[in-house]
Amino acid sequence: MSDTSQKKRRLLREKITSWVWLTPSLIGVLIFFILPFCVVIYYSVLDNPIFANFVGFENFIKLFQNSAFQLAVKNTVIFSVIAVPLSVVLSLWMAFALNSRIPGKSWLRSCFLCPLMVPIASVVLVWQVIFHNHGTLNQITEVFGMAPVDWIKTNWSYGVLTVMFLWKTLGYNMILFMSAIAGIPQDIIEVAELEGASRFYTFLHIKLRYLSPSILFVTILSIISSFKMFREVYLLSGDYLESMYLLQHFMNNTFKSLDYQKLSSAAVLLSIAMIVIIGILFLIERKYGEDVEE
Amino acid sequence: MKRFLKKHLATALLFIFALIAALLFIMPTVLTISNSFMTEKEIMANYGAMIENASSDKRSYISEDLNLKFIPDKVSLQQYTTVLFKSPDYLLKFWNSVILVVPITVFQVLLAAVTAYGFTRYRGRVREIIFFAYIILMLMPYQVTLVPNYLVSDWLGILGTRWAIILPGIFSPFSVYLLTKMMRRIPKAYFEAARLDGASEIQVFFQICLPLCRSAMLSVGLLVFIDYWNMVEQPLILLDDEAKYPLSVFLSQINTGDVGLAFAVAVVYMIPALLLFLYGEEYLVEGITYSGGVKG
Repeated sequence: MSDTSQKKRRLLREKITSWVWLTPSLIGVLIFFILPFCVVIYYSVLDNPIFANFVGFENFIKLFQNSAFQLAVKNTVIFSVIAVPLSVVLSLWMAFALNSRIPGKSWLRSCFLCPLMVPIASVVLVWQVIFHNHGTLNQITEVFGMAPVDWIKTNWSYGVLTVMFLWKTLGYNMILFMSAIAGIPQDIIEVAELEGASRFYTFLHIKLRYLSPSILFVTILSIISSFKMFREVYLLSGDYLESMYLLQHFMNNTFKSLDYQKLSSAAVLLSIAMIVIIGILFLIERKYGEDVEE
Repeated sequence: MKRFLKKHLATALLFIFALIAALLFIMPTVLTISNSFMTEKEIMANYGAMIENASSDKRSYISEDLNLKFIPDKVSLQQYTTVLFKSPDYLLKFWNSVILVVPITVFQVLLAAVTAYGFTRYRGRVREIIFFAYIILMLMPYQVTLVPNYLVSDWLGILGTRWAIILPGIFSPFSVYLLTKMMRRIPKAYFEAARLDGASEIQVFFQICLPLCRSAMLSVGLLVFIDYWNMVEQPLILLDDEAKYPLSVFLSQINTGDVGLAFAVAVVYMIPALLLFLYGEEYLVEGITYSGGVKG
């Protein structure tokens, strides 16, 4: 047998074995995620599952006109726009701080990581006591002569959510940034400093460029965790609260009424939105960090 | 000299600031633990105002304000004895959490190891596209994936049972992504050498790959465990019977009833997560580090 055919046969064998290892997971992912999602897309353009008439974008138009959906989208977007940039900037700053020469680094790191492990359900009582009408925060503001605020049931709820969000996510993001900062080549910074570059210049043009893939990833992760804030709201205030009516509330209520059309079109719409957001972030990152080798 | 002072002053300021921030971060946890050692009576005196529908005669001795207290007047195990020995309901809910989370964590990580081996073993174009699809799937929020999950559970007739949470959990692509990234860093020569020595594919996986990935699997397992130990969305939608709800969902309702016990229940729920944190902080950090960067 010639050498090349033997090589070909070996390659074929490699390919087949690799597929064998992949199969169990592929079957599961197909059954539980991909195939049903195709059905979800199919449902989203039908009038109802029984008669199955094609209605095009009608379900989507109805969804846009639905006031509960509008409220849910508005609240979720407002919250994400406040919380995500804050989380990215603060965690980046914390990572730089912990990478500088301060004592007790590993202790500080443990403290910042701790909230990640602690179940929200466990500490929700403390948050309730702090943000309650007669709670700690209002007692503190009272000392300064301010009128008590209903933190949870007014627009301040965004602030409450942001605090809880930052508490939960900053540690994770900070670790990601710390490892990225450790990967910035020191010689480039040294050369820049020798040539008289200011600290601000090296930060903006060297460090940030090398960090741009991590910034992208942390931003995506934070957006996803911002969609998970329903947990906090549910635990903080029970099921329903107008000042914090988020997308998950909308989904839950739609699940209860089993409105497949509304449910599917919302899921399709949301997945499109996520893909667009991720795509845009990727493009920005590629443009900004293009001349940096990985 | 002046420059020296300035530099140290900056460091000191930074340290003080970081210290305050760190204390704020652990405060809720510390408070929960310290409050769990108060007597029920002390809890009611401090936090009783939280129960909005408490009857008015009960109100009379409860202060209007909530007093956040760090240190109990008298250290007592009363809450714990009530939770652990007198109200089996809480332990039952705790058990509900365990039988959901442990199978998901164990099997998701094991399956992910098998799959990651497949992705590492040979890298072709089709496989890279599938891997990218896994990443996209991983990045989808619950609001998207819960709808397909619900439909499948309905078709398979497992809606309302624990399988509706466990099965999709096992196939969730998160740990496949992480483990593949970690496994691809193992030098190919290790596998080649074993194969040349006549080891079968299964032997290479169990005797070379798995031992090398031990710490990676621990890191991934930790992250998966925390995520599911916290779950709220899935049980609310996929389980029909409140008796099957995990403690994470149930704890939100406790403040309308047993405030006096709530802190001890919260601590009991926190203990597995905290122990894992203390034991595996390094693994946790490693896991997070590897999750960074979407590019393979």
